[in-house]
Amino acid sequence: MTSGPYFSLVVLFVAALGFGLGPLGLAWLWAKYFAPPKPNPTKNSIYECGLVSRGDAWVQFRSAYYLYAIIFLVFDVEAVFLLPFAVAFSGLSAAACTAMLVFVLLLVEGLAWAWAKGVLTWS
Amino acid sequence: MDQNLKIELGKQGVFVTTIQELYNWGRRSSVWPMQFGLACCAIEMIATTMARYDLARFGAEVFRPSPRQADLMIVSGTVTKKMAPQVVRLYNQMAEPRYVIAMGACAISGGPFKQGYNVLKGIDRYIPVDVHIPGCPPRPEALLQAFIALQKKIDCQPLTGAERPRFLDAGAQGEFPVPVPGGHDLEPTSNRGVWPVPITMNRGE
Repeated sequence: MTSGPYFSLVVLFVAALGFGLGPLGLAWLWAKYFAPPKPNPTKNSIYECGLVSRGDAWVQFRSAYYLYAIIFLVFDVEAVFLLPFAVAFSGLSAAACTAMLVFVLLLVEGLAWAWAKGVLTWS
Repeated sequence: MDQNLKIELGKQGVFVTTIQELYNWGRRSSVWPMQFGLACCAIEMIATTMARYDLARFGAEVFRPSPRQADLMIVSGTVTKKMAPQVVRLYNQMAEPRYVIAMGACAISGGPFKQGYNVLKGIDRYIPVDVHIPGCPPRPEALLQAFIALQKKIDCQPLTGAERPRFLDAGAQGEFPVPVPGGHDLEPTSNRGVWPVPITMNRGE
């Protein structure tokens, strides 16, 4: 095994793993045996700038936020791809141009769907 | 160990130390203050951290915005009775070992606002203060001196025995009661464990 071509890689991998986990383990041991913990309800409570926190930290976000995600994706991803598309437009082959248009149309479809759903109207 | 022998060994290139010295050296060289200011003293505290006075020379430039990661609470300014519960709660949320510097006349006694109905007459009524700095406000040099005084205090702390600091004593108090606003004053008006009431004030405060 020691003559295998990947043996040095294994050694390096184990060394890298030890380099990362060693200090973590030492810190854990230090905390377990030497650190002076004085836990109390105030210390263990949720940190809220000195105020007593209200409610739970694990709040649920409304699933209705998916609309924002879709709109964000439409404009953000489209902007990222439209600029190189426009720059290289004159040199593109017909196939590349078609592929790009299909991509843009897919995203515009999301916009059209949101528009039809009335998301863009401020109520 | 004998100091002269230590110096002699040092001349020969042999560095001798004890666990206690090493431990205290490590703690005093990386005292991270908590990032919060209460009043005008905070401006001087900010100046202390900047290039001209440079608190970083003493290993304390890392102001942490969370009490979980801070070792030192610099009470910089007037503590109103509205703010006192929050200050005490933040102190409780700091990890051991923790230290407190009461900066300025207001933090140590209420200062010029001592007679005000809404001003706490010194934060040492609720939490143990390691170093008091007089002044209104103290100059950055005064804060530096207080910091050096705190470092000297840490340097002298034994790890074992009856004189060991609170955080090494498993039976010692770890939580300090957070006062609550009452009808007339904060309740309780002080923590008797850290602030024995002066005799002259026993008659109704």
